[in-house]
Amino acid sequence: MICMYKIGVVGERDAVIAFLALGLQVRAVETPEEAMRAVDTMAREGNGVIFVTETTAKEIEETIERYKNQMLPAIILIPGSQGSLGIGLAKIKDNVEKAVGVDILSKKEG
Amino acid sequence: MKLNVNPTRMELTRLKTRLKVAVRGHKLLKDKQDELMKKFIDLVRKNDELRRAVEDELTESLKDFMMAKAVMGTEMLEEAIIMPTEKISLNVSKKNIMSVNVPVMEFVREGKEGASIYPYGFAQTSAELDGAIKKLHNVLPQLLQLAEVEKSCQLMADEIEKTRRRVNALEYVMIPQFKETIKYITMKLEENERGTLTRLMKVKSMIQK
Repeated sequence: MICMYKIGVVGERDAVIAFLALGLQVRAVETPEEAMRAVDTMAREGNGVIFVTETTAKEIEETIERYKNQMLPAIILIPGSQGSLGIGLAKIKDNVEKAVGVDILSKKEG
Repeated sequence: MKLNVNPTRMELTRLKTRLKVAVRGHKLLKDKQDELMKKFIDLVRKNDELRRAVEDELTESLKDFMMAKAVMGTEMLEEAIIMPTEKISLNVSKKNIMSVNVPVMEFVREGKEGASIYPYGFAQTSAELDGAIKKLHNVLPQLLQLAEVEKSCQLMADEIEKTRRRVNALEYVMIPQFKETIKYITMKLEENERGTLTRLMKVKSMIQK
């Protein structure tokens, strides 16, 4: 099954405006409520991937959690204009802990 | 904990079949879990690496973008990039990894042949913006790969957890329960048999007297 999807970006204005130049669908938001609505609308309108900046994402955990177990849309965190907050990496670690029981990734480093 | 059943021969046969099914199911699920885990670990390593790389690059390019914005002024910049030259859409197909449906993403650029990635004329924009957009343009394929890998990881983690629950429920609850109940019924039946036998012997000896 192959379908065409769009790609959306949600986040604060400074960070997401750059993606406009690439031809992605961009929604600049300021408050968590706006962000929630933007993500939900985008999911309904058939966006296959929604990039959300970390700064915005930490306010709308619930909404993101809701889409976590669906195949589409994939909500992916990207660093905002202030740089990476490490939420994305922490999410990966959560996944590992959930699946394996121990954190195997950070053991490799230290 | 044994199940609350009548100690009859019929119940015994039924339980034995159920035990057989449970053991077989347990073996299959265990195999599934092992395989899922193997795939998951490979994938999650890749996910980790990819995310680090993408985050670095993206931060860099956003920083450049901020610079460009500072140099050019917000309005000019927005005016310059408001009409992109290309449109990117996504082809999503499904892939089945051990009964987990994961998306496979492939993105399609729709733009005019040979159009440049810069959606503006060079007269009024600064070189910083060119650099920033070029960088962003180069990160995009990786970003989409990250999206695919990360989503797969999420879905697989979920499936692994579910499978583990099932395996544990079978291994530590269902199978011991069945075994114990089967043992209980066998004992009870044997006991009954012995009871009947002694009674028969007793009756026989009483008749003989």
